[in-house]
Amino acid sequence: MKLLNYTTSYFAIILLVVITIWAGLFYYNMLDEIYDSMDDGLENQKLLVIQKAAQDSTVLSHQSFEEGYYAIKKITFAQAKKQQDVYQDTLMYMLNEKDFEPVRMLKTAFRQKDNYYEMRVITSMVEEDDLIEDLLYSLLWLYLGLIASILILNNVLLKKIWQPFYSLLQYLQHFRLEDSKPIKLKETKIDEFRLLNSTIEKLLQSNTDTYISQKNFIENASHELQTPLAISLNKLELLAESSQLQEEQLVQIGAIMENLERLTRLNKLLLLLSKIENKQFAPVEEVNINSALKKIIADFSDQASFRDITISLHEEATCNVKVNPDLATILLVNLVKNAIIHNHEGGFVTIILKAESLLIENSGKKAPLDKQKIFTRFYKDNASPASTGLGLAIIKAIADLYQFGLTYNYRQNHIWSVYFKNPF
Amino acid sequence: MKILVIEDEPDMLENIVCSLEKEKYLVQTAATYDAALEKVSLYDYDCILLDITLVGGSGLDILQELKKQQKAEGVIIVSAKNSLDDKVAGLELGADDYLPKPFHMAELHARVKSVLRRRKFAGSNILSIQNVEIDLDKHLVRVADEELTLNRKEFDILVYLATNEKRLVSKTALAEHVWGDHIDEADSFEFIYSQIKNLRKKLKEHRAQVEIQAIYGIGYKLVAE
Repeated sequence: MKLLNYTTSYFAIILLVVITIWAGLFYYNMLDEIYDSMDDGLENQKLLVIQKAAQDSTVLSHQSFEEGYYAIKKITFAQAKKQQDVYQDTLMYMLNEKDFEPVRMLKTAFRQKDNYYEMRVITSMVEEDDLIEDLLYSLLWLYLGLIASILILNNVLLKKIWQPFYSLLQYLQHFRLEDSKPIKLKETKIDEFRLLNSTIEKLLQSNTDTYISQKNFIENASHELQTPLAISLNKLELLAESSQLQEEQLVQIGAIMENLERLTRLNKLLLLLSKIENKQFAPVEEVNINSALKKIIADFSDQASFRDITISLHEEATCNVKVNPDLATILLVNLVKNAIIHNHEGGFVTIILKAESLLIENSGKKAPLDKQKIFTRFYKDNASPASTGLGLAIIKAIADLYQFGLTYNYRQNHIWSVYFKNPF
Repeated sequence: MKILVIEDEPDMLENIVCSLEKEKYLVQTAATYDAALEKVSLYDYDCILLDITLVGGSGLDILQELKKQQKAEGVIIVSAKNSLDDKVAGLELGADDYLPKPFHMAELHARVKSVLRRRKFAGSNILSIQNVEIDLDKHLVRVADEELTLNRKEFDILVYLATNEKRLVSKTALAEHVWGDHIDEADSFEFIYSQIKNLRKKLKEHRAQVEIQAIYGIGYKLVAE
């Protein structure tokens, strides 16, 4: 929910409660005031009737309300003594409305020439249901009016006030560390937003700086490590070429070279991993997985046929994925290589390519791998001690980078699936 | 053939020079940006090996200078910064090739020879050792004028070993060159052996006067008989 609508919804609830309580109070206060003024009127009329009765005794014979607003009845002293002024609401048939309508009635007693009389004076009263209805409607209109004005206010005024906030949000949404463009936020007159902008600017700047220095560090580390490794390897190559060496010494040199090459490989892979994790593979383009996969399978065909492993590819659809082409190749290479290396002689690799997913099934160790650990760095299967233990970590890093779904299952064979449009 | 090696790492420089001299090239060196710039301006070379990161400047600037002076040297960029940006920038500035460090000497020779061939002997792209003739353009091998049928991998292996004639080619260098970079993690290069075995058999059947020797635990060497 948008911030503006969020505040509006709160306002709507608060207003509903406040207006309801206020309406209740208002209603009872008003009613109280009306009764008060009606009762005053009745009191006055009572005095007027008594005054009139003193002059005109026919008044005393008004026993019912037929044409007047009062009715008088003779009572005993005892009754009169008990009778106090009582105001009450009652119903009376009204000719104009053709219905019983509520009236306010004063019941009182008075003395006229040693006779006691009971008098009832009435006055027509506010119709409560009508009042409530009127009140309800006006309040409803008031409520809707208020909400409407708040909405208009929010959308016009607040939107304008919050403009810097929204432009900041938009900027952050499109901000990418690796693009390293100079950070530029809109000027604003509001202190809080200015503070927010400058804080975020500082934060982004320090992040960008860290990112750049990390990137430089990786490149420098690569340079610093690769060079001595290259020198050592090349020196060994030159040494091995000199003809005075015995077979025994050559074997030793060969072993050293193998280990140095392994070290070089590890270094390269670690750099690759951090590069992927630091999102340093920016350019993305549409890569055709079908052709990339076919090329890789061809590259590995010698290795596979040497171990008598059958690779079969089933293309069920054309698969195009928006991805960095180098990373796509690295991902596919590692998947295919993994399936070949962790396989047994005479085994098989079956690859099924669909429009949005890739499934690789391979024979191999007759037991499931540890799902929790396979994608962590340097996880090694005992069967191949020479593996670097980084291949699957690289697959995982690439999948994470592009939010591909990656799963491993064991059903008699090892099954690796990549979902290019992440369904999770 | 005159080759200039521009490299700031003394050990690296020594290795390259030592290895290139075995091929009977005339090798000159420059260890700093200024020295390199001076040599490049004064003399002409057939091939220049250029390191990108130099003391005093970038190798890319030297490339720029060469372009400005309209010199036709074959330039191979040799860089530890295996970054795509450098590669693209270098090739755009007219470099002939890009060789990321670390590299095998065999690979360096192959690249240098390829550049020299392209520069000097345009048209006749034939490598011959004794009675073996390899036509690089037509992908043909003839032994004493008789055609030898090889598959693509066998052909690539033969060319690579022939380019590095009498030199030791390590298994890894061979595998990386013939099977591509992905193979470097394959951990086991036994399958190379089966290809070599087939190649040897074919060469022997045709009485080729070359032999592929195995150097224990390290690699192979092609020698003329």
